[in-house]
Amino acid sequence: MNVLGLYNYWIVVILMLIGFYIVIAHENLVKKLVGLAIFQTSVFFLYISIGKITGATAPIFDEKWQLYSNPLPHVLILTAIVVGIATTALGLSLVVRIQEAYGSIEENDIQIQDTQDQLECQLEAYGIQESLTTFDQDIDE
Amino acid sequence: MTAHYPILQVVIPLLAAPVCLFLRIPRLVGLFAFLVSGAAFFISCMLLQQVIADGPISYHIGGWPPPWGIEYRIDTLNAYLLVLVSAMSTVVLIAAQTSIAKEVREDRQTFFYTAYLLCLTGLLGILSTADVFNVFVFLEISALSSYTLIAMGSDRRALTASYQYLIMGTIGATFIIIGVGLMYVMTGTLNMYDLAQRLPEVYHTKTVHCAFGFLIVGVCLKLALFPLHLWLPNAYAYAPSIATTFLAATSTKVAVYLLIRYIFSIFGITFVTTSLPIEEIFLILGLTGIFAASISAIYRLNIKRLFAYSSVAQIGYMILGLAIGTQLGLTATLLHLFNHALMKAAIFLAIGAVVYRIGSAQLIHFAGLGRKMPWTMAALVAGGLSLIGVPLTVGFVSKWYLVVALLDKGWWPVAVLVLISSLLAVVYVWRIIEWIYFTQPRIIIDNVKEAPLSQLIPIWLLVLANIYFGVDTRLTVGVSKLAAQSLFGVNL
Amino acid sequence: MTAIAITRMGDLFAVVMLSGIYSLLSAALFLVLDAPDVAFTEASVGAGISTLLFLATLKLVPRYDKKSRYKPGLALGVVVATGALLIYGTLDMPHFGKVDAPVHEHVAPRYLNDSLEEIGVPNFVTSVLASYRGFDTLGEVVVVFTAGIGVMSLLRISRQAKKDAKAKTPPDMQQQVILRVVAKIMIPLILIFALYVQFHGDYSPGGGFQAGVIFAAGIILYTMLFGLSTAQKVFKHKVLEILTAFGVFLYAGVGFVCLFMGGNFLDYDVLRHDPVHGQHLGILLIELGVGITVASVMILIFFKFTWRTVKHKYNQ
Repeated sequence: MNVLGLYNYWIVVILMLIGFYIVIAHENLVKKLVGLAIFQTSVFFLYISIGKITGATAPIFDEKWQLYSNPLPHVLILTAIVVGIATTALGLSLVVRIQEAYGSIEENDIQIQDTQDQLECQLEAYGIQESLTTFDQDIDE
Repeated sequence: MTAHYPILQVVIPLLAAPVCLFLRIPRLVGLFAFLVSGAAFFISCMLLQQVIADGPISYHIGGWPPPWGIEYRIDTLNAYLLVLVSAMSTVVLIAAQTSIAKEVREDRQTFFYTAYLLCLTGLLGILSTADVFNVFVFLEISALSSYTLIAMGSDRRALTASYQYLIMGTIGATFIIIGVGLMYVMTGTLNMYDLAQRLPEVYHTKTVHCAFGFLIVGVCLKLALFPLHLWLPNAYAYAPSIATTFLAATSTKVAVYLLIRYIFSIFGITFVTTSLPIEEIFLILGLTGIFAASISAIYRLNIKRLFAYSSVAQIGYMILGLAIGTQLGLTATLLHLFNHALMKAAIFLAIGAVVYRIGSAQLIHFAGLGRKMPWTMAALVAGGLSLIGVPLTVGFVSKWYLVVALLDKGWWPVAVLVLISSLLAVVYVWRIIEWIYFTQPRIIIDNVKEAPLSQLIPIWLLVLANIYFGVDTRLTVGVSKLAAQSLFGVNL
Repeated sequence: MTAIAITRMGDLFAVVMLSGIYSLLSAALFLVLDAPDVAFTEASVGAGISTLLFLATLKLVPRYDKKSRYKPGLALGVVVATGALLIYGTLDMPHFGKVDAPVHEHVAPRYLNDSLEEIGVPNFVTSVLASYRGFDTLGEVVVVFTAGIGVMSLLRISRQAKKDAKAKTPPDMQQQVILRVVAKIMIPLILIFALYVQFHGDYSPGGGFQAGVIFAAGIILYTMLFGLSTAQKVFKHKVLEILTAFGVFLYAGVGFVCLFMGGNFLDYDVLRHDPVHGQHLGILLIELGVGITVASVMILIFFKFTWRTVKHKYNQ
């Protein structure tokens, strides 16, 4: 089992771990998204390195070359990159809205505010008869 | 055209979504969405009929044969689920017009329906395809649209719920992609049935085991198996009621479907049970989930959250069925997929009707509503009874089959635990009944009227379905048995 | 390396810049690994659009993250466990670069050997992307569309905000005469390049996605230098929204036409009198659909984020 032949996979794994770590350990919402992006990119490396053949060239036809690297992983990764950016864009929009609604994008702060909200809800509910409750604060504009 | 049903099933909602952008008026868009969903339902029924009569259908997209092209393959299992998802979608849309008008801001309503149709497309796509990477693409379609749907809730906590779901969901999807990549490395193919043929040669490799691990974890994140369920309660609680209903009735079921596909059609049940202690893991996690979630539900003050936890518990039952590892167990799980969708849809729609009338989902505010909204409340109670497993309801049928399967395997302690957990459900359902019928109103509800007809109709359709399928089980049990049989037969 | 630095930094702006660098490095690496299409996409999407969006977000959120006393213990534990599992999994994998690995023996050979006959397009990646696995790509376009819908629904712009912000070009931008002049020359070139990438994607790295992104980048550059309202005179909101839908229509529409002409969905063979021409036509059209939707969604998202910044400025 020639270990050295696997070094490319291990680099991938390390990158993956760093990205994954950022996502779960950090509290800042934007940083989490960056971590997510790193996590996903490392997976792309995994796929692309699978497709590479030593001594081959990019999979575009050229008379001079006989051996081509595998095009299938490339196709899959193209799709995955696009999916990744779509998720990031959506995530960032959410972050913007959260910032506006909560005044912060740190998980701690948000959790504190959420718990406060919940307690308020319950206090109000258990309180004296009020008129019909309307929706909780409308968030924007 | 009939030959093309498999692809039309998915492409029609797919095309319909952008059309929504052209029809600007929310009422029109809502009606359009309903028609499209109905069309999808019609096609799914045709497909189910065809599959039962003639066996699995294979459709080569682009005319390229698999594994070079992407194949759509409909067999009993996914035809059954296609019918379920499209039916739920259509029924829920009946109530959508009025509910959405109250809960979602006007300028967002068109987007709501668009996202809804996209979510439907995604789910149907996951069900129909036989290509593991294609699953990922449509999984993300349904996921992204779900995040959008949830974030349209009126409470700001909807935003954080959506974000949390986004992070966890993307991690899950990335794990699935890792698993797919590892499988690909060892076999060179992405088609499910091709994989099933080529994997046995490499079963023993660590890579395949690793791949399996990642796939399972990824999928379990999506189906909210304890302890990976953290995103679900908030997502269900703060999303608009129609979104909650739709998601509760469909998305976790589709994730369970994916799990079943991985285990049975791709890896094969023998590999699965011998390579990793899957039976034990599912058993423990399933049971823990059932109990932890049911107990949690008892203490909830927000009724949507209460039933969200209840959903986590119900998923525990489904996983338990899989843990048994026999055909009977699988039948029980498949049965529960269908029945749970019916139950939860009815319950959440009823809650939606209440939110429509009084604007709150706090249990306290439900006090005394039994008199003001009799039909809605009766529906809620019926759903609750179904959850407990009272005879004559679908809940009973599911529990029955599950217990039978457990006893058949010899796991009678587990069967006892299942019965005990039903008692927990009794507790939280009884709490609700108490508040609805036996408590004085806490808020002024004199002006509260019964829910509008457009909401009552789908609610009662579902309740009646609950009872009907609880009594006449030929269709559901029959199809589940067929599906289970074919899945066990396919494996190596 | 870069990734670890990102973990440690508290300054989000630096984090974003670093992640941009990370993307560029990745793109270079992809190139080395024989994946020019992917490198192209990663560079434009990852280093370009992604960084742009993060920066736009940073205008709206605090720049520094709080040094919180989080306990990294559990997170580290989970991460290490995952890593261990992965490394365990890689032990049996075929070695890097070997030509006899399963992935090269099974499905791929047909793509490489037969696609020239069946489809007639030298860029193998394009033929797989647009034809053999064309349905995945349709799914991908729908993903882009879905993200567009999501951002549109989340970052709605009220009419009031539009009135408040008759966005004049920010004063500092007006002074950047050199930038503006250079931009006026560069932007048409960028747009033409985008079109080149779009249509030449069959023969060289490129295709719908990359083209769409580059086109969007050109427009975004224009917007940054000449002001949002000027840009919006050309790219009106409604038009953009309709364009996002249009790309999807085009793609799926081609699929339907194939159905009506007797083939399966997205079976381009039937589009013309002979299969290869049919394939060419099909690929051309769907890539166009992709390019249109991607470009319009990207531009739309950028506009939405920018409007939000403008709105913030005026509400303060």
